[in-house]
Amino acid sequence: MEGLIYLEDGTVYKGKGFGAPGTRAGELVFNTSMTGYQRILTDPSYKGQIINMTYPMIGNYGISREDNESQSIHAFGLIIKDTSMRPSNHRSIMNIDDWLKLHGTPGIWSVDTRQITRKIRREGTVKCVISNEGISPEEAETVCTSAVLREDWMKAVGVRETVHIEGPGKRVALLDMGVKGNILNSLKGYGCDIWMFPYGTSAEEMMAVKPQGLLLTNGPGDPALAVEAVEEVRKLIGVLPIFGICMGHQILALAMGGSTYKLKYGHRGANHGVYDKEIDRSYITSQNHGYAVKGDSIVLKGMEVTHINLNDGTVEGMKHRKLPVFSVQFHPEASPGPGDSQYLFAKFVKLMEGGAL
Amino acid sequence: MPKNMNLKKILIIGSGPIIIGQAAEFDYAGTQACKAIREEGIETILVNSNPATIMTDEGIADKVYMEPLTEEALTEILKTERPDGMLAGFGGQTGLNLAMTLQEKGVLDSLGVKLLGVNKDSIRKAEDREAFKELMLEIGEPIPGSTIAVDMEECRDFVKKEGYPVIIRPAYTLGGTGGGFAHNDEELELLCRRGMESSAIGQILLEKSVAGWKEIEYEVIRDGRDNCIIICSMENVDPVGVHTGDSIVVAPTQTLRDEEYQMLRNASLHIIRSLEIEGGCNIQFALDPYSDDYVVIEVNPRVSRSSALASKAAGYPIAKIDAKIALGYSLDELHNYVTHTTSACFEPTIDYCVVKFPKWPFDKFRTASRKLGTQMKATGEVMAIDRTFESALLKAVTSLEVKCDGLRVPFVTGLSDEMLRQKLAACDDERIFCIAEALRRKLMTVDEIYEVTKIDRWFLNKILFIVEMEYQLQEEELTDTLLYEAEEMGFTDSEILELTGIPRAALQDMRIYHDIFPVYKMVDTCGGEFDAATPYYYSCFDSEDEVEVSHRKKILVVGSGPIRIGQGIEFDYCCVQGVWAIKDLGYEAIIINNNPETVSTDFDTSDKLYFEALHVDDVMNVLKKERPEGVILQFGGQTSLNIAEKLSKRSIKILGTAFKYIDLAEDREKFSALLGELGIPTPAGCAVTDQEQAFEAVGRLGYPLVVRPSYVIGGRAMQVVYDDDELKKYLKEAVSLSEEHPVLIDKYIEGKEMEVDAIADGENVLIPGIMEHIERTGVHSGDSISVYPHFSLPEDVVSTLLDYTERISAALHVVGLVNIQYAWDGSQVYVIEVNPRASRTVPILSKVTGVPMVKLAVAAMLGHRLADSEYGTGLYTQSRDYAVKVPVFSGAKLTDMDVAVGPEMKSTGEVLGIDPDLDKAIYKGFLAAGMNIPETGGVYVSVSDHDKTEATAAVMKKYADLGLKLYASPGTAAFLKASGLETEEKSFEEAKAIMGAGVDLVINVASLANHKDSQGFSLRRKAIEQGLPVLTCVDTAGAFLTAIRLKQAGTSLEYRRLGTNF
Repeated sequence: MEGLIYLEDGTVYKGKGFGAPGTRAGELVFNTSMTGYQRILTDPSYKGQIINMTYPMIGNYGISREDNESQSIHAFGLIIKDTSMRPSNHRSIMNIDDWLKLHGTPGIWSVDTRQITRKIRREGTVKCVISNEGISPEEAETVCTSAVLREDWMKAVGVRETVHIEGPGKRVALLDMGVKGNILNSLKGYGCDIWMFPYGTSAEEMMAVKPQGLLLTNGPGDPALAVEAVEEVRKLIGVLPIFGICMGHQILALAMGGSTYKLKYGHRGANHGVYDKEIDRSYITSQNHGYAVKGDSIVLKGMEVTHINLNDGTVEGMKHRKLPVFSVQFHPEASPGPGDSQYLFAKFVKLMEGGAL
Repeated sequence: MPKNMNLKKILIIGSGPIIIGQAAEFDYAGTQACKAIREEGIETILVNSNPATIMTDEGIADKVYMEPLTEEALTEILKTERPDGMLAGFGGQTGLNLAMTLQEKGVLDSLGVKLLGVNKDSIRKAEDREAFKELMLEIGEPIPGSTIAVDMEECRDFVKKEGYPVIIRPAYTLGGTGGGFAHNDEELELLCRRGMESSAIGQILLEKSVAGWKEIEYEVIRDGRDNCIIICSMENVDPVGVHTGDSIVVAPTQTLRDEEYQMLRNASLHIIRSLEIEGGCNIQFALDPYSDDYVVIEVNPRVSRSSALASKAAGYPIAKIDAKIALGYSLDELHNYVTHTTSACFEPTIDYCVVKFPKWPFDKFRTASRKLGTQMKATGEVMAIDRTFESALLKAVTSLEVKCDGLRVPFVTGLSDEMLRQKLAACDDERIFCIAEALRRKLMTVDEIYEVTKIDRWFLNKILFIVEMEYQLQEEELTDTLLYEAEEMGFTDSEILELTGIPRAALQDMRIYHDIFPVYKMVDTCGGEFDAATPYYYSCFDSEDEVEVSHRKKILVVGSGPIRIGQGIEFDYCCVQGVWAIKDLGYEAIIINNNPETVSTDFDTSDKLYFEALHVDDVMNVLKKERPEGVILQFGGQTSLNIAEKLSKRSIKILGTAFKYIDLAEDREKFSALLGELGIPTPAGCAVTDQEQAFEAVGRLGYPLVVRPSYVIGGRAMQVVYDDDELKKYLKEAVSLSEEHPVLIDKYIEGKEMEVDAIADGENVLIPGIMEHIERTGVHSGDSISVYPHFSLPEDVVSTLLDYTERISAALHVVGLVNIQYAWDGSQVYVIEVNPRASRTVPILSKVTGVPMVKLAVAAMLGHRLADSEYGTGLYTQSRDYAVKVPVFSGAKLTDMDVAVGPEMKSTGEVLGIDPDLDKAIYKGFLAAGMNIPETGGVYVSVSDHDKTEATAAVMKKYADLGLKLYASPGTAAFLKASGLETEEKSFEEAKAIMGAGVDLVINVASLANHKDSQGFSLRRKAIEQGLPVLTCVDTAGAFLTAIRLKQAGTSLEYRRLGTNF
């Protein structure tokens, strides 16, 4: 079946359809990771987005039981250059085509993905429609125009009710805005006793389980719309150690009185160098964000910038000057990507044990 | 950490001659390093004995010492120069070993020279098997069960414990020399003994084999602040068991999940940190295809062939960054030289597929076993970039310049099912074609092939896709969609035409009507995420073309492709020089080439780089895109010259000598006729297309004769024949006679051989110098020791050479470079061969005379007159120095190759010995070639009947006079005794027993070369394996006397920088 991608500026890219038949509107973004497509697609932070993979051959090693960041595919669509219907890996249980079908996600292949990437680079992320049901560009245009893209997905992708994952270690309250499985695994690695709270949980409710630390997770959407979370987090600053990741980092900044802004085309990949001022070292990080924290908006609010993106100088991490509060824009849990910054979880655990930043 | 301000002067060690396992990649790395250091305002001193390199050229380092890479030479140079630091990591194993020696002997400390980049401790830990094993155990990285052995008892004990198969690797060697798999006691004995002999320290590693696992490589860089990054991951298509240099390699890894990729990435960082390497490092892993188990196979603590490949594959200049790190910079202080705007501290992301395919010398070494194993055999490689594996693989195959433009190789398709199965299982160089054929015949399934080859099913399935497309092309009507899909998959026009059976014109029309042409995409290190400034492109069939064609006048240089015997790094030297000259003369320089090891494919060499196959179709596509003023074909050796006719027919402007004259020079008959008209003698000869004609020619010419196929590189399949039997055998076995492929038969002129390289502008000729060969005619010029300037030619011969060169150049309307080979039999000068292109000797002559030959050639092509240049015309002023080129053979690598020299070229590289004194220059040449020059001991002599002459006896007498004991085979002993020389008779078998223990040198002129079962062959092999010099021409033996004499006399040599003598 023919497939197409329609951009809100009228640009049409044609390709071949695979995965589940469907037509979806979403935000068109690109990801530069060469491995980890299964984890990317199951990362809740991609809710509402249609992912154009820059690596041209996707599906090589199939789909495994283990490589999920959540129970389902969150991305609204997948665009690739080429695929392998006959994957090869000892853990593979099916090919990517069948897997997309299983999860109802449409895909398009045989597209010049580099052309799309360059377009996004020049013009920024755009609204688009992906369809592999044989619709015409005119029909796609109608869908695109009428579609309203939701920007507050962080409210909808986390747990619906409190979930307790028991552990012998420190008790962590986790405000779930779409947590990735490997954040939970990383905490479990330290034996943490995890309480996952749904979006909208009040500070009091969270404090009721007597947590020793608060983890603000990653998640999709515009952080400025997460007003409830910002409000509750503000109440907890100074009350207990806080660690924010990605969306969590942005929410922390907003709670501190800072501001966020939308990047032209975000950072999505597994290869950005980030400089850690505190230890005077640089690390390769896994990234997935469309918004960033304004550096000068937080420095007068008691925070200092601790991590800087080596490519564009954007804020990649911050900490409070006095309180046990810190956060990073990138993904220390990796998955996919390099695990160079796993040490941040240890740092969080140390804070909960009473250590200082 | 900013640059270390104490470093004002740095010495860089080059890698010396090209041998299998250490090729052009070190010229590329060394050139980058020199430039990176020099641009910091630090004085750079380079020592390298290899004249064919760009790095030894003017303008790369501040001072170049073209001197032997020996401890003595380096010590003297260090004493003279007193550098603050020394970089050894860019000179391959040669550089590292030399640095280790200098460090151990306290030379560096006593002179206050700091070893930069690598330290002795990390080299030892990475390269000494026992130290490496200890470290891996200490840091908890898995390694295969192994032991270090220095005697056979230890080897046997290990096998008792671990069982077969085991792999044997000698410590401190190049390209895995002397390693292999042992499946039984017999193989164990053989390989262990050989391994211990070939190791510099008599040490071997025995390891439980993980053959059949996936072989994965990572290129890692670490700086002094412990920041580490991965530049590129690579997956070997061939599993563990085939040397990575002989494997088809794909980048990035294809069959690894993120978890597996990150697991090995973490291990890589762990290892480089533990070794505390500052700079680049290559780490090889074996990964179990059925679990997450892996083992670390090897660590190379320096730039390597793999790092050159990774640099080109990812677009990240590893050597340059390495050099900066050695100066004290940290990664996050450096910027990405490709994007200019982002940081060097990132991991390149690839949005294409890279396939490296090795180029093997089996067409030259017909006796050598084609089986691939742990001993590297390839002389070079090609790299192809495309959007998918299928297309990159097919592009790589096209780049190889073998007899196919796809996966259908005539020899393989002609095999019986049974033979095919056998060949497939044998794991030789044509395995990929056998796999395709087995799938094509539906003889085996992907799973069955996997069981035999252990090549991952993912790759096999991709080959199956290609085969399925072949069927589609054969069976279906060719529509525009099918044509596009075939092109997208990498099918060449010739394959499509053959498979579909449609005429070329129809295909062309279809292409034009439907606009089916490739587009070009950029290699930008970041998958398109950032704007990049590098003009490094590859073709693919996709929507968007990214090339921005400038309005400047441009010139395209066609490169020389993979390094092979007869077409080495010297042609890359010429291409790079050509590019620079084009830039200097105000044009935009564009290069097209496919060899990842070279300087020409470095991203900042030309104004634009197209990484492409050099097939005429690919060149035409680039031409169509860029519309240059013209194309230069004379620098890329025979590879580029071979497309002259096709380009000429397509009305493309070829700069320099026109195709008509190229053809005239290369077509024997036309050329003989021309020489006849000019009254210039040439050995009588003719071209024959069948056996009858051949014997008719014999009747006219008489033996001995030189026979060879027409249009050759490096004298492929060329031979001197002395009688009917030899001729018959040659015609039957060596060549396939046909109308299209005639065989040339020439009278063999016995005498002196001379070589002239000249530059012509259509009006005048400039001859920088004449090179005189030490060996008589019959030995390929690439394998001869040759001397600049000529040392024994009478004036009238010299003036004849000049006269002939000028007249031939004029008759051929040569514009640019020409190389002419002459023979002189004592009375008459004959023209043997004219090559209307650059030659092996161009870099040598350019360096020793100071005449920028390539630059002048480009200027001539662009209409400048030689007479207006400062170098003038005619024979250029002779240098005060002698330069002696000594060939270097990779005999120790190819264990079943015959080292006997003859009309077929066999050497892989060369060195230059330079000195005002001819004898000293010869001595330096032999030293630089790494030959063990005996001062005492014995010589074993065995010469063919043709060579039992007075001259031979005179040479042998000199050996005896120098105090060496003569041993000889029965026939030769009788001859020497009759000549009054005291000689001890020893049969070949007896001689073999005392190799290295009584016999320290072998002089063996073979009557029959290249026959594995001959006694002489095994004698020569034995000597090579013992590290003895084997001289296979009496003239070489004569020259070698000089080296022995000077060494005995304890002659001290002076080492001087290049360029002080003009």
